[in-house]
Amino acid sequence: MISLTVNGTEHRVDVSSDMRLLWVLRDILGLTGTKFGCGMSLCGACTVHLDGEPVRSCVMPVSLAAGKKITTIEGLSTDGSHPLQQAWIDHQVPQCGYCQTGMIMSAVALLKKKPRPTEADINEAVTNICRCGTYARIRAAIHTAARKVTGG
Amino acid sequence: MKQIVNISRRSFLLRSAVVGGGLLLEVTLPKSSVAEAEQASAQAETSPEVTAWVLIRPDDTIIIRVARVEMGQGSFTGLPMLVAEELGCDWSKVRAEYASTSEHLRRNRIFQTMLTGGSRSIRDSQEYLRTAGAAARLMLTTAAARRWGVPGTECVAENSLITHTPTQRQVSFGVVAAEAATLDIPENPPLKDPADWTLLGQPAQRFDIPDKVTGKTAFAIDTRLPGMVYAAIAQCPVFGGSLKSADAKKIADMRGVVKLVPLEDAVVVVARESWWNAQQALRALPIEWDFGEHSQVSSDSILEFLREGIQLEKAPVSRQQGDIDSAFSSAATTIEADYYAPYLEHATMEPQNCTVLYTDQRVEVWAPAQNSEATAAVTAETADVPVSRVEVHKVHLGGGFGRRGMHIEFVRQAVRVAKTMPGTPVQLIWSREEDIQHGRYRPVALVRMRAALDAAGEPTAWTVRQAEQSIFSEVRPHLIRDGVDIVGVRTFADAPYAFPNMHMEYAMRNTHVPPGPWRAVAHTHNPFFRESFIDELAHAAGQDPYQFRRTLLQTPQASKDLAILDAVAEAAGWDSPLPEGVHRGIAVQDSYGSYTAAVIEAAVNGEGELTIHRVVIGIDCGSVANPDSVRAQLEGSVVYGLTAALYGEITIKEGRVEQSNFHDYRMMRIAEMPTVEVILKPTGGFWGGAGEPGMAPLAPALCNAIFAATGKRIRSLPLKNHDVRPA
Repeated sequence: MISLTVNGTEHRVDVSSDMRLLWVLRDILGLTGTKFGCGMSLCGACTVHLDGEPVRSCVMPVSLAAGKKITTIEGLSTDGSHPLQQAWIDHQVPQCGYCQTGMIMSAVALLKKKPRPTEADINEAVTNICRCGTYARIRAAIHTAARKVTGG
Repeated sequence: MKQIVNISRRSFLLRSAVVGGGLLLEVTLPKSSVAEAEQASAQAETSPEVTAWVLIRPDDTIIIRVARVEMGQGSFTGLPMLVAEELGCDWSKVRAEYASTSEHLRRNRIFQTMLTGGSRSIRDSQEYLRTAGAAARLMLTTAAARRWGVPGTECVAENSLITHTPTQRQVSFGVVAAEAATLDIPENPPLKDPADWTLLGQPAQRFDIPDKVTGKTAFAIDTRLPGMVYAAIAQCPVFGGSLKSADAKKIADMRGVVKLVPLEDAVVVVARESWWNAQQALRALPIEWDFGEHSQVSSDSILEFLREGIQLEKAPVSRQQGDIDSAFSSAATTIEADYYAPYLEHATMEPQNCTVLYTDQRVEVWAPAQNSEATAAVTAETADVPVSRVEVHKVHLGGGFGRRGMHIEFVRQAVRVAKTMPGTPVQLIWSREEDIQHGRYRPVALVRMRAALDAAGEPTAWTVRQAEQSIFSEVRPHLIRDGVDIVGVRTFADAPYAFPNMHMEYAMRNTHVPPGPWRAVAHTHNPFFRESFIDELAHAAGQDPYQFRRTLLQTPQASKDLAILDAVAEAAGWDSPLPEGVHRGIAVQDSYGSYTAAVIEAAVNGEGELTIHRVVIGIDCGSVANPDSVRAQLEGSVVYGLTAALYGEITIKEGRVEQSNFHDYRMMRIAEMPTVEVILKPTGGFWGGAGEPGMAPLAPALCNAIFAATGKRIRSLPLKNHDVRPA
């Protein structure tokens, strides 16, 4: 049994210790907002937070997440009211939307560290892949959310 | 009960996805469907179906059905806008919902077509959807007029309210919807003058976006059913090969493993609890393949095969005009060049997957497929049940790009597996490696072009020999005419340039690598060839590449190409000075009923590092439903198109694809995103596509900018293979 705290709720899961966190979230806990894209930590569709740090859950053995605070897109807000989610709607960012929950989780982690990120900060922190090509709107949405949160 | 009779696999697939055609199946209602219909009609009492497209609840909520699928292009919102404009409803009360595939089939294709592809959703539906909205409006006003005992002509509908003009009495749509639903549907209701549109042409917030930022959107891969098991698949690495054996005993004790299902060219491992278990077992599974007859094929051997196509003395003619021989014999300058483009894979972010629940009564399917009618057909055929017993659950797609329109083998595979375990839902997911290595690839192409210029630098003749793989020769043979793939020759055979003499030929060079329609199909590599070569001619003639194109686009049939070229050149400031080291390239192309042009500003430093500073891209798609969606499609095309130009390359070794995931099939990321300016210039009077046309001018505009910067002419893609240090 492995003990996990996901979005503030404790779960005890009976899985093999090397199972990747992504699959525990999706298949065992039913939290399907976190996506499978590559399985090699390349695309970022599976991004979640581990004690506030963004991690690629597709390569993270669940045993390494035990005892840590895991936040998924479902834990960001219950109603889409997080400033980044709102900015994502304001800028009409998603196209197919498959990568966007991972994008938002990367952006949330960025704004925690750098409330007013530069273009270079965004380039460094948001390395997720979007095949629909929403990058320009993602960049604009991050700046909008940053302005809103920091008040100007 | 009638059954599907004698439909061969090939003809079935052909019929199932033909644009505007559809299945030719006789469908009758099995008992379970009758029960469903009764249930649906009970529900209809609270949501009267005014027409098949429009349901209106007593609380004035308007439900507009969408037959095509949302895969990022915004049609889940744009299509309802077409209906709503004519309906005269309160847009804030509109909800979109997918039209049911089984209902579509039960009701004699009442939703016309469920195919999503070819940049067709808006342009092919606009007339019947606007008509549906207008018909529903007429029915609602007629119902209100009857209630009041006044002539229908005295009643108008706006913002979901019907007003009797002389008395100013009002009633809302929801109150009269049930009565309206009993009326005959008028066949030719008048449509609004586009000048009177209030919704169409204005940016609208997309219906699908709020759930996409919370993770609530359930893609096919997110289907969760009680007792569901997971399936992982390995397909024969060499196309055309087959499964010899797989030793199930070796994985029998692994966690969760339920069973192994061998298919002809693949093996599937089914496991409980998680796809992780299935995939781990698959990795441990010893598999023996019969690689078949193509295991020696490589990219080099394919290129040689294409070269033979170039060297053939004769090939089927795709265009002939004038007398090229005399033009070339009197030419002052002759320019000849060969161009090449590689295979490309779509790499939808949601990998191929399919969930199937097979029971004795019915087969339920959740799949990220671009044509749910074809999904139903493939399911019915594979499961060997009447299509009336198939229920396809429609879901948003995590990308499509042409990958999952005609080719939905993952549905077939999942049905095969699910049929071995009735009552247990099975979710098949391809790994990213399976996706990259078992795609339906943009075909390879080698093209030789020649042109003649006279002493004044005027172009007098143009010849083209394409040596290309045909996408359609197997799956749509009617698109092959006298040896010419009529889709594959577009950009050349329909080029708007006024060369007085032209001769074009097409040598079909089909390999064992499975081809497919990749976003923009022929309008990705062919525009790269043509618009780069036109640039070569401009330089050979000593002319400005923009002005050289203008001169060749002075005919009436080229007027829209010319207009968008001018609009983009002006927006980009073609003649304005640039910062030192930055250079411009330009290209124009019509495709999918629309006209696009692009100017790209780029710089190459002494180390050969390329920086794309600015992309100005413009489109004339005639009419626009949701301009923000068109804008988004062009922004997205810039990324999809430049990714291909910079990095995109699938290579073949020992009969199989060499690339396997995003580390060796590289994608542009946010750090590489240039400034993009989108110019919308809808000139009215027609409806063009928006999802694909933006792709066409990107690679050539970029490569033409690189030539301007370095003097190096890029004649093959991707750019990563070139040393672009200034010559």
